[in-house]
Amino acid sequence: MTSLGILAAEMTNTEVWVTNSFFLAIAAVSILAALKMVTTDNVVHAALYLLIVLAAVAAVYVILGAEFAAATQILVYIGAIMVLLLFGVMLTRAQIGSETDLDHDQKWIGALISVVLAAVMGYSLWEAFSDAKLPDNRVPQGTEAVADSIFGIYIVPFEAISVLLLAALIGAVVVARRD
Amino acid sequence: MGGHPFLADGVDFGDVLLSLVMVVAAFVICLVATMLMVWFERKVVSRLQNRIGPNVAGPFGLLQTLADGIKLFFKEDIIPTRSDRFVFQLAPYLSLVPAFLTFTLVPIAGDFSGGNGSSTVFGREFYWQVADVPVGILFFLAMSSLGIYGIMLAGWSSGSKYPLLASVRASAQAISYEAALGLSLASVLLVAGTLSTHDIVLGQAGSLQTLNVVATGFVPFVVFLIAGTAELNRPPFDLVEAEQELVGGFHTEYSSIRFALFFLAEFMNTVTMGAIIVTLFFGGPAPLFDFPFIDFPHAWWMGFILFFAKLLVFLFIFVWFRASLPRLRYDQLMDLGWKLLIPLSLGWLLILGGIRVARDGNIGIVDDSIGDTIIVLVLGGMVLAVGASLIMLANRNARSERLRNEGLVAVANPDLGTSRAADHATTGPPGASHDTAQVGADH
Repeated sequence: MTSLGILAAEMTNTEVWVTNSFFLAIAAVSILAALKMVTTDNVVHAALYLLIVLAAVAAVYVILGAEFAAATQILVYIGAIMVLLLFGVMLTRAQIGSETDLDHDQKWIGALISVVLAAVMGYSLWEAFSDAKLPDNRVPQGTEAVADSIFGIYIVPFEAISVLLLAALIGAVVVARRD
Repeated sequence: MGGHPFLADGVDFGDVLLSLVMVVAAFVICLVATMLMVWFERKVVSRLQNRIGPNVAGPFGLLQTLADGIKLFFKEDIIPTRSDRFVFQLAPYLSLVPAFLTFTLVPIAGDFSGGNGSSTVFGREFYWQVADVPVGILFFLAMSSLGIYGIMLAGWSSGSKYPLLASVRASAQAISYEAALGLSLASVLLVAGTLSTHDIVLGQAGSLQTLNVVATGFVPFVVFLIAGTAELNRPPFDLVEAEQELVGGFHTEYSSIRFALFFLAEFMNTVTMGAIIVTLFFGGPAPLFDFPFIDFPHAWWMGFILFFAKLLVFLFIFVWFRASLPRLRYDQLMDLGWKLLIPLSLGWLLILGGIRVARDGNIGIVDDSIGDTIIVLVLGGMVLAVGASLIMLANRNARSERLRNEGLVAVANPDLGTSRAADHATTGPPGASHDTAQVGADH
């Protein structure tokens, strides 16, 4: 059964119907914004479309009841990373209107790689979760539960990522040093 | 867990209606408070500068903001030809919406002296805030980081050099101070043990000792106040609209109602930040401590009065900052954020965590809560003293360095040297008070 079929089969329940329509609307917005992001001819506009995609992902988290993940998504991606990206763009090149030299020579290779990547990830997700269903009465996932699992069973990956980030931080400082 | 009690068992039409009423009420309160804040700021700054301030429109000039708003409405709305039209028109709203969204988190009334801060209308138990989000404080941080987009995009889309410079400054400043803001909040969360604003207020009610400003040892509050002022782009951190350097800052090209929206957003942000400080550190609508002789009426409006009294104190402090502190130089701004506030708040979080662990493990003298509070306060005072003396030392070093460098310049160029010396005689060292006169100037 396709996932759209699952959606259709559950539309007897009002709550599920509302949830699904919101999800479909958000998905449509995010796909449109993603397409516009790669086709627009202005760097700042591309960043703004990426912003919409990231916000749409946060909205999906809210629908799934993962409020902590949603808030973190907004805080980290929209509030910090995109601000930094726009900051970099504005410091270097941020002309208004269309730019002509935004295409790269190797864009077809890049397109191929992204299609392959999407196929692999989509297939593995499909294999793992294609007939999984969300529980009916799901409670919003509390921050305590997130903290317990991060500092419980996921403590080793968490520490590994911390060390990785620390290494990246030191690397950035070393690269940026003038002497 | 968070959330209004009336939303716990399914949602019906009445619940939706009540939520809508709360949204509208909060919006009106926020707008009126912002209007009064503009008047309050102009009036207080005037008094601090020995002027009278607005006194013509309405009693005490109260209607001055309204008159300004009407005037701005009827001005011509100019969009520069070299601008990015859509983003130019969008930016003011991006600046206004996060300011209001943060206000929806703030409990503005309710009986917290004995009660749990809820009231009942038509059989529905509700809290005096629009939304009690389970991730409340994270939501506040997210919204405060969203607010920067309005300024950034306004500066970029104007198609003009000075606004672009202002927006680059604004984004660097916001990123720097958000870290300090978040780290000082972490101490509050450590003490409160919850992210929901209602539960944070509830946890502070009762005594002076449970008030977060005391329980977290004063250091996070000081860091939060400074970083919050920087986050608001208010003086002395208003490099985004430094008139001497940037014409008018990010809103140079804006006119009419769009300019008014930026103005509104700025003051709404100020009110909201004051409200957040009151909520996080001073117990919001809860009384500061159990007054020994006076028995407060246990009603929701008592919380309302207490909340706005506390809010007024912080709004006055913001205005006071503006009237008395000269604007920081850009390097000073970055040094203060990265070299002082972030290490201070991070180190304090570690100390506070250590004290908590020691208390939980019953180690040594910190096993009762009064002793715990005293130790936290004494340590907090010590840390603040060390921080303050460090920054004074750094300032003195920087000044002597600058004077020494200028001495070298004077030897190389005798003409320049004498004129500099004359400047020194009349105005003191350059940079020490370079824009004191402009800081308090009215908008």
